[in-house]
Amino acid sequence: MTARETVLARLRAALGPAAPALTEVPRDYRRDGVVDIERLVDRLTDYRAQVHRVAATAVADTIAGILPAAAIVVVPPGLPSAWLPSTVTVLPDDDLDNARIAAAAAVVTAAAVAIADTGTVVLDGSPDQGRRVLSLLPDRHVCVVRTAQVVADVPQALARLTPHRPLTWISGPSATSDIELDRVEGVHGPRTLHVILLP
Amino acid sequence: MTRTFLGMPTAPTGVGHLRGAEPFPVAARRALADAQLRRNLGHATATIRAKSAAVIDEVPDWERLRAAGSAIKTDVMARLPELLEQLEQRVTQAGGVVHWAADAHEANAIVVDLVRDTGSDRVIKVKSMATQEIGLNEALEAAGIAPVETDLAELIVQLGDDRPSHILVPAIHRNRAEIRQIFLRAMPGVDPALTDEPADLAAAARRFLRQTFLSTPVAVSGANFAVAETGTLAVVESEGNGRMCLTLPRTLITVMGVEKVVPTWRDLEVFLQLLPRASTGERMNPYTSMWTGVTPGDGPQAFHLVLLDNGRSAVLADEVGRQALHCIRCSACLNVCPVYERTGGHAYGSVYPGPIGAVLSPQLTGVADNASLPYASSLCGACYDACPVKINIPELLVHLRDRAPHPHAESAVMAAAAYAMDRPALFAAAQRATRLSRLAGRRGRGLPPPLSGWTDGRDLSDPPPQTFRDWWANR
Repeated sequence: MTARETVLARLRAALGPAAPALTEVPRDYRRDGVVDIERLVDRLTDYRAQVHRVAATAVADTIAGILPAAAIVVVPPGLPSAWLPSTVTVLPDDDLDNARIAAAAAVVTAAAVAIADTGTVVLDGSPDQGRRVLSLLPDRHVCVVRTAQVVADVPQALARLTPHRPLTWISGPSATSDIELDRVEGVHGPRTLHVILLP
Repeated sequence: MTRTFLGMPTAPTGVGHLRGAEPFPVAARRALADAQLRRNLGHATATIRAKSAAVIDEVPDWERLRAAGSAIKTDVMARLPELLEQLEQRVTQAGGVVHWAADAHEANAIVVDLVRDTGSDRVIKVKSMATQEIGLNEALEAAGIAPVETDLAELIVQLGDDRPSHILVPAIHRNRAEIRQIFLRAMPGVDPALTDEPADLAAAARRFLRQTFLSTPVAVSGANFAVAETGTLAVVESEGNGRMCLTLPRTLITVMGVEKVVPTWRDLEVFLQLLPRASTGERMNPYTSMWTGVTPGDGPQAFHLVLLDNGRSAVLADEVGRQALHCIRCSACLNVCPVYERTGGHAYGSVYPGPIGAVLSPQLTGVADNASLPYASSLCGACYDACPVKINIPELLVHLRDRAPHPHAESAVMAAAAYAMDRPALFAAAQRATRLSRLAGRRGRGLPPPLSGWTDGRDLSDPPPQTFRDWWANR
């Protein structure tokens, strides 16, 4: 008998010969919340993300104000070039090795979905978000979110996302509660998270 | 009601960390004498209780989410074999390789072989209860492979040559000053000017682990959820060490207890609301990673999923006991437990401490091997109220006490009591006798041997000056 057969046989024996009882899952929890942008801003800020609400034409200027001049900025291949200021050094991801990504000062990405209830942005690896490693190694992450991408709650977010894509849910900068259960921002992921919120 | 299956083995002895070296009362007595430990635990559990209560209060449908979470888990247990087969099929279709392990020995051997195949003598690890349960680190070390724990609390435990004492925060028994001392003593290259500010301590861990993340070709993780319908795995975390391990290496090995499977993608909408608020007291944990098999050009290009039984089928065989498998490892029950708050996690002996550990560990090992744990509770019920998937832990504790070995004296006394209560004249005589014991001055001193075992841990209530029967006769 293979281990697979052993485990499955044991589990079947444990359940007994009767057909499995059907369990109805009550789904009467909230699924139809209304998007509240103020709530998203409040929740992002509460977990120490820095929020910038600007016009769609002002992304480059906003980033120029966030990042020091000549900073090396990693960008995914599909990021709109109009978002990038001329003040920084752009390093497009054409299969960059990890050391070069880690040495960059910042990364700029778009997002797939943002969740107002929890202050979360979700990246799904689309061309304007790139490989997962891009938003992991640099110490600053600048994430651009359009209002149309904001949903009210977690059920609405899952309904918009595609399961087979690699997904990264980000709620504030890297943090730990491991010392006296007190939340401290900044461990292994980016220690600073900027969210630029477009109309 | 309870069926016992021959050939349904519990977790094997001699491997892993499910059995303590001594019974709970002995270990608890020592822990209670440690004033520093009790201060650390009191501070930490009070902090997390307040945070969790505040974010749960924000959710108007919390009880509905709990009911949904509980129902999903009941459904999972009823259909576990078919859901696992579906998960296996989906993961395989997405480019992953699925392995099955009947127990800790098999799981460790699978992981050791997979790491050897990569040629690496080091693995980076995401915090995982399943790999602690099976003693994977010891198995890797025995094979000449160095496991590096990357979660901050696990790193504190590993550098301190210590044992974890909490599911979520394994170093909860240490305060910031103690953690600073551990880092100064055991972290290579640490700055001697390190302060005990948590931000400073976290930065030291960042510097220490960065190069290890970038240079290790294989990682081992656990899983919080696995979706049968899509083959998607999910890991929730805070620090980004999980993302490092799940993203940077060429090979990823995930070890998962079979009970972690959920049927549908949509089910995550329930658990991703319940888990962070009940666990760290956050609306959402900083990072959640989800992946399905292998994604070309992004992340590990080899993915292995090890499905672990290790006594879970024995738990499933008990129709009452199987709800312990509903646990999503949030640790809310630890934080509200008056016993855990005073003794800490080490006293429970197993990697699963606190109320959930007191019902899970004895079932995974067989009750005889952890016979004192079902008694490590006052049955106050706070754990049941706090559980985001509504596991009725007090009911399970009583159920397991019934199955634990009992001293012969206890059954003799109970049989004698039943005999007397069936016979009114004898019962009246017995009641008169207890009043005599009042006069004889045994109050507050417990019962004489061989019955003293029962009163060692309990006060014997004083016999009343007048019984109800006397009052009724004289009214």
